[in-house]
Amino acid sequence: MSNRIGMEVSLMVSEAVKQAKVDVIAAYPITPQTHIVEHLSELVADGELDAEYICVESEHSAMSACCGSSAVGARTYTATASQGLQLMSEVLYAAAPMRLPIVLTVANRTLSAPLTIWNDHSDIMANRDCGWIMVFVEDGQEDYDQTICAFRIAEDRRVLLPVIVNMDGFILSHVIEPYVPVGQEEVDGFLPPYDPLYTMHPDNPVTMGAFAMPELFTETKKAHEVALHESYNVICEIWEEWGKLTGRTYTPVEEYRTDDADTVFVTMGSFSGVVMETVDEMRENGINVGLVKIRLFRPFPVDDVISTLRKFKNVLVIDRTLSLGSIGGPLAVEIKSVMYNADAKPNIFDFIAGLSGRDVPPDQIAGIYHTAMDALKMGRWENYYMVGLRE
Amino acid sequence: MAKPMEEYTWRDLTVGNVVDEPGNSISYKTGDWKSQQPVFDESKCIRCAVCWNFCPDMAIYQKKDGYFSADLEYCKGCGICAQQCPSGCISMQEEVS
Repeated sequence: MSNRIGMEVSLMVSEAVKQAKVDVIAAYPITPQTHIVEHLSELVADGELDAEYICVESEHSAMSACCGSSAVGARTYTATASQGLQLMSEVLYAAAPMRLPIVLTVANRTLSAPLTIWNDHSDIMANRDCGWIMVFVEDGQEDYDQTICAFRIAEDRRVLLPVIVNMDGFILSHVIEPYVPVGQEEVDGFLPPYDPLYTMHPDNPVTMGAFAMPELFTETKKAHEVALHESYNVICEIWEEWGKLTGRTYTPVEEYRTDDADTVFVTMGSFSGVVMETVDEMRENGINVGLVKIRLFRPFPVDDVISTLRKFKNVLVIDRTLSLGSIGGPLAVEIKSVMYNADAKPNIFDFIAGLSGRDVPPDQIAGIYHTAMDALKMGRWENYYMVGLRE
Repeated sequence: MAKPMEEYTWRDLTVGNVVDEPGNSISYKTGDWKSQQPVFDESKCIRCAVCWNFCPDMAIYQKKDGYFSADLEYCKGCGICAQQCPSGCISMQEEVS
């Protein structure tokens, strides 16, 4: 572990992007993502990264520039958050069906109003149907690893889809953590130069992003949907290869101390750290709970979620945003929907926690468990509970 | 397109729906959108080419004898030529298919 170093997680992401040898970065600053692209602009200015850094006037332009550069065969990166992601939204929906392998880091931040800068998942969940591959990371090391893997996944000829790496704003982006960087030679071996299937070039003219009549549009959506679901196997394969290279293997769904558990928490993103700590504490007190982490959100790992969650009696989903006017948070709604077809159905509870960066300490995680157990005793429960809410 | 669009299955589409055959829009006949078509009265035509200039779809062409006509496979029947014609030689008439 001699090469373990401390670094702000945002800068780890910038280092990963540098090591991926991107050709183009088009970005607009927005908290809490700014440190990533700020550091990248320094790396370009200092000659450490041979890339074109395009300062654009908005996030809509950032993603538009990314589409153009990716279309001509350049490895392309950008980062954003919150309102910035919403301003990009229109172009996100263009990039994916055009199969442009752009990599985007979202430092997840709450959407206004009320105006706020802190973390939750309302920004990405507002764009969850845009057809990109979406990954949620737990810590800095994983953010670094997943950023390099994202380019490899996106550019794989069997995939050719853009990838969003979600990191919790501030909780990860502004925290200094230890990480083990991978050598440049190893990264180069893992991530060959981008070899695009189609490029915009006058010698071989093609049209990208053409109009489709109603006679064709349905077929284009099916083709995109199938490509997104079929990326699952390639993602697993690439994560396994990364594991062989670095010793850190990632899977779409991961379990922690679930062997003898009948109740599990389900989390996505940085929540898993505090939940693992709570699971350890609760086990010391004789309560055998476990944790299931969802790493891959799109394509949703339907089979993994069913085969994992069907083993438990109670599933306590912790959502980091609320799907207003629905029946809870988007993760729980999706899990409930998936488990409808399972042969064994657990009781599924939904807890909305950590909105706009509100701390969720271990005692509140334990409180989630007790709320669910009390509801079970009563034999009825709400669609969702808001953790720490003052009634 | 190599075949009419309603014959494509989702498996036939190129990755990203890229059109990889340059200049194939010529085979995409858009003239069936119209309900009216321009009819030219050559006895009034002064061959000024205003209709040719104003046609937004380049569907009007000059014949060998110098008079103008519309390519009905592309003309969408917008009527701009008839509006702009200074000698009133173009009238829009119900299309007879």
